[in-house]
This record gives sequence, structure tokens and C-alpha cells, in this order.
Amino acid sequence: MAFSAPFSKTRNSPPSLKLRYYVPSAARRCSGIQENQSLQDALIVHRLHFAFTITFHYIFPQLTMGLALLILILKSIALRSGNEEYNRAARFWAKIFGVSFAIGVVTGIPMEFQFGTNWAEFSKSAGGVIGQTLALEGVYSFFLESTFLGLFLFGEKRLGPRGHWVTSLMMFLGSWLSGYFIVATNAWMQHPAGYTVDSHGNFQLADFWALLLNPWGLWEYAHTMIGATLTGCFTMAAVGAFYLLAHKHEEYGRIFLKLGVTAGVIAAILQLFPFGDGQGRMIAKYQPATLAAMEGLFHTRDGAPLIILGQPDMEKQRLDNPMEFPWMLSFLTYRAWTAQIKGMDEFPPQDLPDNIPLLYYSYHVMVGLGTIFIAVFVIAAWQLWRGALYRSRAVLWALMLCLPFPYIANTAGWITAEMGRQPWLIYGLMRTNVGFSRQVSAGNAWFTLIGFMGLYTVLGILFLFLVYREIDHGPGPRPLRAGGSSSFGSGGAE
Amino acid sequence: MGNLWFLLVALMLTVYVVLDGFDLGAGIIHLFVAKTDEERRLVLRSIGPVWDGNEVWLLATGGTLYFAFPALYAASFSGFYLPLMIVLWLLILRGISIEFRSHVDEPTWAVFWDAVFGFSSLLLAVFYGAALGNVVRGVPLDAQGRFFEPLWTNFRLGPDTGILDWYTILVGVFALLVLTLHGALWVALKTENVLNQRSRQAARAAWWGVAAFTVIVTLFTFRVQPQVGVSLAAHPWGYIFPAFALAGLLGMAWFLKQKNDARAFFSSCAYIVGMLASVALGLYPYLLPASTDPAFALTVENSQAQPYGLRIGLIWWLIGMAFAIAYSVYTYRSFAGKVRPSSEEGY
Repeated sequence: MAFSAPFSKTRNSPPSLKLRYYVPSAARRCSGIQENQSLQDALIVHRLHFAFTITFHYIFPQLTMGLALLILILKSIALRSGNEEYNRAARFWAKIFGVSFAIGVVTGIPMEFQFGTNWAEFSKSAGGVIGQTLALEGVYSFFLESTFLGLFLFGEKRLGPRGHWVTSLMMFLGSWLSGYFIVATNAWMQHPAGYTVDSHGNFQLADFWALLLNPWGLWEYAHTMIGATLTGCFTMAAVGAFYLLAHKHEEYGRIFLKLGVTAGVIAAILQLFPFGDGQGRMIAKYQPATLAAMEGLFHTRDGAPLIILGQPDMEKQRLDNPMEFPWMLSFLTYRAWTAQIKGMDEFPPQDLPDNIPLLYYSYHVMVGLGTIFIAVFVIAAWQLWRGALYRSRAVLWALMLCLPFPYIANTAGWITAEMGRQPWLIYGLMRTNVGFSRQVSAGNAWFTLIGFMGLYTVLGILFLFLVYREIDHGPGPRPLRAGGSSSFGSGGAE
Repeated sequence: MGNLWFLLVALMLTVYVVLDGFDLGAGIIHLFVAKTDEERRLVLRSIGPVWDGNEVWLLATGGTLYFAFPALYAASFSGFYLPLMIVLWLLILRGISIEFRSHVDEPTWAVFWDAVFGFSSLLLAVFYGAALGNVVRGVPLDAQGRFFEPLWTNFRLGPDTGILDWYTILVGVFALLVLTLHGALWVALKTENVLNQRSRQAARAAWWGVAAFTVIVTLFTFRVQPQVGVSLAAHPWGYIFPAFALAGLLGMAWFLKQKNDARAFFSSCAYIVGMLASVALGLYPYLLPASTDPAFALTVENSQAQPYGLRIGLIWWLIGMAFAIAYSVYTYRSFAGKVRPSSEEGY
């Protein structure tokens, strides 16, 4: 349930002056003229508001979507082989899934609301199009998920092995479908398709299937879901590695490692090729200014290099201490070593992303971590194949310590997507600085942003606390609590 | 096409209030009718498998409103910025209080989440009522179809209203009473013995409040929003809705006396449906009346998306709703009957 939105930018702005009766005409929407600086004030807060709430929210769905797939695999193995250990392993992950899902749901509701509360001008213009995908998510995924979640968490005894396997399949379908509708929403903002502009200058749906099967969206979906799978794989493998290193629940630790590493090595490689590569070529084709900015390419070049390291200096228009692969960017983008890549100097400044260093870094963090993921998982998979993984302490340590990295990579990836879309809210059609709610002042937006920060800090602590308890308990059977009623989902008792 | 979608959105919202209403109500009476940990877990289990699905109706309604009436979605969500954000915080607190209470076997932990559950349910009912009050009263829309209301100004009606004024507070209290009654009847239906008796007692007490407020709020509504009288006069068949609500109100009293919990609960459903349908018809064709100049009001006509999107939407909406109703029927059927301490489930 990841939502998309404008990310933050910083700019000094003088105290505010209200511009109340402002109508974004099509001409103004595209003019790129920086408006009255005072409005920037509220704009920044609204961007921060969405950025903060979406970044926090997406910590949870990426884990639940990844785990949904892995739990389905565990349940399938258990169903085929009748091995009870796999069922216990699935139950253990279902508990963590349940906690993560609950926080994902409660932090997801504000995302749907914020399109209207904080981005009213955008919603008024584009609601006829993206309202479709958001409503589709509600009608097709949320009902499905809310029905089967309870059965999945608590209904194992009542439903029997086959019935319970079906609930895990439904949870997988529901959460991955939910992801599809959200990515389709974001894809429309990245690369609008299937719309017309009506007489009031609002966007209206013209082709339902063009909206749903937007080529940008298909690549973005694959890239996003494999990213979520990587979060699931690393989490599972890290807990497995922890159990082996700590000599606790070792029989389950081995199951977690086997599945986490096997699925992880496949996902990590697929993420590089074809999915990451495909996403990158979408950007090259439809957002060339973004490509130049995220790659740190200041000047147009034939045979452009791929930058590994170097800090963009926006004043001098160059990279400091660059470390690069010569010709590589041209090859990756156009499959030709000497192809020309447009640099930032090709584009008018007002059409370039407004925070190029942040875009450049988040992109490079994502790619760097993706490369590390391949290395770690290939080594671990090789050791697993040799039968040596459970004894290789160095590899187990590496897997355990990698736990935060998929979260960082996924977050950095979304920052790349959203900062890369700037200065546009809808690429090429509507600028971010005309999309926010005109009448919601910076003060009111700060009030609610601070509220969310406080509340989400509490949620984050609760999540860590509850997940720590589950990991500490481990997947084995545990005694029923006094009074005869079992606690949350233990054994799926009913 | 717009009129059809007005009907569908109103229908979804009504389903939401009827369904999530009883679990909000269960939360409101939770602290009062359930004293021991065992009893409180029973109240939670009486809504356990369904509350989340009930809340989905709110999200589905929001999404549908968004694509069918983008201008209304944009204007109302940004204009009601502050109360909506508070509603979001309350929904977050309420959701985690239900989900996390049972995770730690420690009385202090449970007592804390019980309090959060009760408090957030109560405030949500008041805010929902106040929101409805705002929609009925009308909001200070400008020529561009925008408005912003602070939480309160001087608590009076007029051009410079806040979310809370005497009228909307009245409607908020009214909503609190209605959902308390609705939830008490649900808990009575789902439980036995002492919980059942205390819930019936709570329902009887709340009924008098609801009956009194029905009269008071209805009278004030005709004064605050003359459009309601005009619309009803223009569609005399529409009097069927208030009559339906009245039948529900009397039915509740009758079946409470008869100790027939199921019929009393369904009477409450009928009452809520009748009241909301009366409001919807009373406002039609307005979606959001303007307290400034009637010409600035948002109507079905000036807020709807274009026909193509609405037509396509109708196709997938009907298919999706068929699924949603099938899920709901399945869940409620397998959840039929009383919840008992012996049966083990997640709460």
C-alpha cells in the first residue's frame, strides 16, 4: 500500500501572504514560473507531511507483501510434505505479519485521506483518473484482505490444512493486488496515460485499460514488488541467522535461512535484471531530465560513464572526486557503448528536479545496496548449496546485519522515484507547486505533521517491542495463558 | 449518471455507519458494561472478526467519492482538514488498541489499551456526528469551491463558523447517543448473562436520550438548513425515510421490552438507515451546501467526474461489490451466535 507523493525540498522563504482565490489554469500549471514565495512555505510543509507519512507507512507494507509470498511458500511446502515444522514456521511469521499488517493498515488510511486534505488542487484536477485506481484498491483489495486476515491468523484449526493454505493464498493476492493499484496510481503521475483534459482543465479518464496497463506501471510494479520480496527474504534470513548464532530455535533457524536465502538470491538478481534495468530504461525514455540528474551527468556526452561515487557540486556544475565506469551508462541505457546521453545542461533549469543532490544520493544508495544484496545472497546461496551455510559464522553475521538495508534501499528507491518526478506532480502536466491545498495554512499543516510524528514514534516503538517478543519466543509451541484463552494466534486456536 | 453515483456513495456511507457504528458503539460502552478482563475480552471478541472489514467501508466510500465527485472530495477533505486529521489519529489509536491488547499478558497493558479503545471510539462518534452536522448546516464555500474551517470560532452559526458550533456539537452528541445505543444492542445480541443484561440496561438508558435528541435535532435542522424542508416538500414520497426511522425507534423500544436482542438491533439499523436517507434526500441535489452564497454550493451536477469514468466505474464497482458482499455474508455467517468465554480466539 505504498502511496506516491511529492517529496520535500528546502528553500528559504519570507513570511507568508495569503493568495486565496487562485485557480490553476492549464497554462499556469505548466508555466514553471515560481509563484509568490510565501506560498512556498505551505508547499514545503505539505510535501514534508506526505513524505514523512508515506515513508513511515511503507516500512510495513514492504514487509507484509514480502512475507505474504514467503508464508505462502512455507504453507505450500507444509501442505505437500506434511512437515509440521514448516507449519510452525508459517505460524511464527504470520504473527509478525499480523503486527506489521496492523500498523500498515492504520498508517495507510491517512495516505488515502491526504490526497484530499493536503493536495486538494491536485485531487480536484486528477481525481477523475487516479480516484479510479484508489477506489479499485478499496473495493478489490481491502475487502479481500480484511476478510481473510482474521481467518488466516485465527482460523487454522477450523479451516483445516487446505482451507488455511487458501487463506494464505488470499492474503498474498490481496496484498499484491493492493500494491498494484497503488503503483498504477503512482505510475500515472510519473507517466500519464489514458486521460483527456476537460473544458475546466481537469483530467478525466479516457481509457481505463491504458491507466491500468501503463507500461511505466508494469515495470514499476515488478521493481517494487521484488523490492518488497527482498525485505521479506532479508528479514527471514536475518532471524534465521540470529537463531543459529544465538543457538536458539535452531531447527527453525535453518528453515528460515534456507527459504530466505533461496528466494533472496533469485529476487536480488531479478531486481538488477530485468526489473531495475527496465525501470531505468523507462526513465531514460520518458524522463530524460531525471536520468541526467540522478546519474549526476551535468553535461551531454557520447559514451557517458556510470558514476559510482562523487558529490555533485551544483555551483560549479561538476562532480567532486568522481569514480566511474567509462561508457557504462550509455551501454546500460541504449545498449551501445558510444550512445549519447543528455546531460542536465540540455534542460531548462525549471524543468530539472529541484533537489538534485538528494535525488542523486538516494538513487546511488539504492543501487549500491542492491549490488551488496546480490553479493551477500550469492555467497550465502553458494554456502547453502555446499551445505556449509549453517556453520559459516561470517556469512551468518553478514545476513543478520543486513536486516536494515532492504528497508533503506526501498525507501531510497521511492525517494528516487518521487524526487525524480519533480518539479512535476503529474509529469509534464501539473507542477507540484500548484497541487497543494491552498486554504490549509502552513501552521495547520505543521500542527498535524507534528501530531503524526509523535504518534508514529509510538507506533514504531510498539512494533519493535512486539516483534522482538515474537522473535524471542520463537516458533515453538508455548503454554496457554491462565484462564484458558490463548493469546494472539497461538496455534491458530479457536 | 451523477445521480446514480450520489445514490451509491450515500448507500456505501450508510452501510459504513450501520456496520462500523456498532463496533464503535461497542467501544463506547466497553469500559462501562465490561468490568473484568474476561468480560472485556468478550466485548472485543464480539466485534473481533468484523470490525476491520466494517472500517473498509469507510475507505471504499472515500475512494468512490474521490473518483465520482473529485471536486467534492478535494473541497471537503481540505476544508475539514483538522477534524479529518483528528479522526485519522483516533482511527490509528483505536485500530492498534484492538489489535495489540492481547499481545502481552499483563493487566496494566490491557487496562491501558481498553482505555484507549473506549476513548477513541467515543471521540470518533462525536466527530462523525459533528462532520455530518457541518455538511447539513453548510460550509463557507467561496466562488472556487474552497473553504477552511478552524475547529471552532465563536460556536455560533453565521458566515464565520468553525467545525464545532452549538448545532454541530448537538449533532455530535446525538451521534454519540445513537452509536452507543446501536453498539449496546449489538453487544447484547452477541453476549450472555451479565454482559447481556448490562448492555440491555445501557441500551434502555441510551434510548431515551436518542428519542429526545431525535426530536430536538430534527427541529433545529429544519431551521438551520431550510433546504431540508424544501427537498422533502418537493419529493413527498421521501417521507417514507423519516417514517422508517420512526418505526425503527419505536421498534427498538418494543423489542427491548420483549428482550428480543436481534430484532432490537435490526430496528436500530433501520433507524440509522432511515435517518441518513432522510438527510441525503433532504440535501439533494446539494452535496455540500454553502453558508455563504447558495450559488457556491457543491452539487451533483458541478462536482461529478465525466461520464466515461463513471460508466467504467459502475462496471467494476458492481463486480467488486458482489465480491465484498459475498465476503461479508460469509464472515457474518461463520461468526453467528453468541461469543463465549470457552471458545478461544484472538482477543
